[in-house]
Amino acid sequence: MLNLNVNGRPHSVDAPDDMPLLWVIRDILGMTGTKFGCGIAQCGACTVHIDGEPTRSCITPVSDAAGRSVTTIEAIGETPAGKAIQTAWLGVEVVQCGYCQSGQIMSASALLAGNPKPTDADIDAAMSGNICRCGTYVRIREAIKQAANSVSAQ
Amino acid sequence: MTLLDDVMDRTVSRRTFLRSSAAVGGGLMIGFTLPSAILPADAATGSEPFAPNAFIRIDQTGKVTFISPMIEMGQGTFTSLPMLVAEELDVDLTNVVVEHSPANAKLYGNALIGGVQMTGGSTSIRAFYMPLRQAGATARQMLITAAATNLKVDAAGLTTEPGFVVHAASKRRIGYGELVDAAAKLPVPADVKLKDPSTFRLIGTPVKRLDVAGKVNGTAIYGIDVKLPGMKVATVSASPVFGGKVASVDEAAALKVPGVHQVAKLDNAVAVIADHYWAAKQGLEAAAVTFDDGPHASVTTADVVAALATASEKPGAVATDKGDVAAALAKAATKVEAIYEAPFLAHATMEPINCTVQVKPDSCDVWVGSQVPDIAQAVVAKSLGLKPEQVTIHNHLLGGGFGRRLEVDFIAQAALIAKQSKDPIKVVWSREEDITQDMYRPYYFDRMSAGLDENGRLTAWSHRIAGSSIIARYSPSWMKNGVDPDAVEGAAEIPYAVPNMHVDYVQVEPPGIPTAFWRGVGPTHNIYVVESFIDELAAAAKKDPVEYRRALLADNPRALKVMETAARNAGWGTPLGPRKGRGISVQFAFGSYLSEVAEVTVADNGTVRVDRVVAAIDCGVAVNPDTIEAQIQSGIIFGITAALYGEITLKDGRVEQTNFDTYQMLRIDEAPKIEVEIVKSSEAPGGLGEPGTSALAPAVLNAVYAATGVRLRKLPIDTEKLKSESRSG
Repeated sequence: MLNLNVNGRPHSVDAPDDMPLLWVIRDILGMTGTKFGCGIAQCGACTVHIDGEPTRSCITPVSDAAGRSVTTIEAIGETPAGKAIQTAWLGVEVVQCGYCQSGQIMSASALLAGNPKPTDADIDAAMSGNICRCGTYVRIREAIKQAANSVSAQ
Repeated sequence: MTLLDDVMDRTVSRRTFLRSSAAVGGGLMIGFTLPSAILPADAATGSEPFAPNAFIRIDQTGKVTFISPMIEMGQGTFTSLPMLVAEELDVDLTNVVVEHSPANAKLYGNALIGGVQMTGGSTSIRAFYMPLRQAGATARQMLITAAATNLKVDAAGLTTEPGFVVHAASKRRIGYGELVDAAAKLPVPADVKLKDPSTFRLIGTPVKRLDVAGKVNGTAIYGIDVKLPGMKVATVSASPVFGGKVASVDEAAALKVPGVHQVAKLDNAVAVIADHYWAAKQGLEAAAVTFDDGPHASVTTADVVAALATASEKPGAVATDKGDVAAALAKAATKVEAIYEAPFLAHATMEPINCTVQVKPDSCDVWVGSQVPDIAQAVVAKSLGLKPEQVTIHNHLLGGGFGRRLEVDFIAQAALIAKQSKDPIKVVWSREEDITQDMYRPYYFDRMSAGLDENGRLTAWSHRIAGSSIIARYSPSWMKNGVDPDAVEGAAEIPYAVPNMHVDYVQVEPPGIPTAFWRGVGPTHNIYVVESFIDELAAAAKKDPVEYRRALLADNPRALKVMETAARNAGWGTPLGPRKGRGISVQFAFGSYLSEVAEVTVADNGTVRVDRVVAAIDCGVAVNPDTIEAQIQSGIIFGITAALYGEITLKDGRVEQTNFDTYQMLRIDEAPKIEVEIVKSSEAPGGLGEPGTSALAPAVLNAVYAATGVRLRKLPIDTEKLKSESRSG
């Protein structure tokens, strides 16, 4: 049994050590906000935070997350950066099909939490691991800047 | 009989269909009779909601439920379609809840696509602009009639405000919810008056999307997120060579993997059923499935291209024949010829292919995100030997469609897997399976020739298209004298004045390789060819590309307007730096006029960066301007991915690309600035999901030519060719 802390709640999970965290979250814990996109850390749809660090859960063995703090899209709105990002995402109307947006929001929240004034280059570096097939990139960039402004104005 | 024919036979007459299908490209509206609703009583209250037609239910609290005939796959129909109802019904959009329609083409068919319940071809607004306004206006009229009785006044003295019927003379108002019981007993009026567009309150305003709150907090449920009691998860490996069969399976090894319950065998695939995806995937690897490759084991892309090149030497089925092309070419002062090629493409929706099925003795439930719920119902019924009405489709949000979810191959496969279990089975494909078992945008091979007079004016135009016919498989009755109307869309008619024109189509099926619609369908390939070739003619005539097109568009004011708008906004003619260039495209497709100007930089190593794209769109009445801008932005990024990277190739009968590392997508650090202007118009609405993509590639290729002097006639962009042939900056 592995002890996991997901979104502040402890879980005791019966899973092999090498099972990717993504499938533990989705298929064992039943939290489906974190998405499967590629399985090889190429698209970022599965991004969660482990101790605040954006992490591709599709290639992260669940044992690596044991004893650490995992945050998923379901709870990111409880952090100031996550709340600002979600609000900006709605304000700018970023979302289309929405499937990649959990991962986009997790990457953007981590960026903003560590860097309240990201430049275009910072945004490129933090977000280029997240693919959006609907091509919402122009609005993602705008929303991150809007979120940064809203956080700095507080 | 194809599945689509089967659905059509059960819904609309073939004659009705043939009359309406001709309208798809031209943006014409046709008559439509509102289907009446057959809806169950509300389980909670025991009372029946007011349901004047299949699209609208209003309950006693005044809450409006809109049953959407079209699905939401990112394009915004779950907002723009309820806007049409809310406009005429006169309710606040915040008071409208949107539900997926059940599989029922009689009630929810798309009149522009043969009455089939299909979301595709950029038709949602075009097909439903009038029917949904009529649906809303009908409901409003019935509520007014009910209020007249209730207030004992003449209905003529009543008006509405959002959610209320108002009697101004006595300053009384009644909420819609209070009127629904009385309204439900009234006959449905046959003829209702629609609003004058000058009084629109919602249509034409940038309305916030209704489907996005759950998409930013993880609560939105896509097909892949379905959870059911007792559900198991399966993943599949199908023959990597199309047409191959399963040869061997190590079932015992698979069953040794903890969490694995069962190995399900199909003719061409093996599925491992487990407690969760990870166990299923481990089990599938352990099963070490081998295949008998069958007759297509040695197919390569080169074989496909060679067959196209040979077949296209002979004339095809005629799509357009105007004037005398041969005579005009013989007389031409300048003759220009070129061959263009476009590759196979995969869809790569972000949500990998999946489908959940529970098979019971006399029924079946299917949870899936599908662009064609009624065809999904038909294929499951056929696969399991059930009647269509025994199959219930629970449709879901789509994590991207792009045409992939117009196909039902994976739904049939999931049904055959689930048939082998008593449990509900969620079949999830790996990304590798999703790419290598896709149905691909066809490889096209186009022969172009044109004649110019001594002034460079276009006198003759000949275009021969060779490639797979998707329509011939999907719905053979749509073929017209050997011409696939989709394969020639954007080529059979072009926006430019040309006195002599000949367009023909040669159907060539690649051996074993399944082909399918892809975002932009026919026009994505044809606009690329036509707009690249027009640019070649401008160069041959030694004219600026915009100036050259302008002369040919004198009789096409809407096309001219979008071109002039895009060119002006892009600063056409102003200087750019070395190895930079601007290119333009103009198109009429999906009922909309669109022009795009791309600015590119070509590096010394031949790589192309798209720096900026400026678009001008005339889509007729603009329903939701923000969604329109978003769809053009989306189409442009989708188009750049294809232009720079998109290519599926075959070796030893196998697709060589497997995941996003080998089938590359554009990323945010490569995304250009995008500017979109919506040209004001009161014409009938046009389509928006696909135009942005189809106009993109030629604008980029023309920009590459402007930057380097190298004319690329094959997609995706060949960086080696650009590196070796570019003039120096």
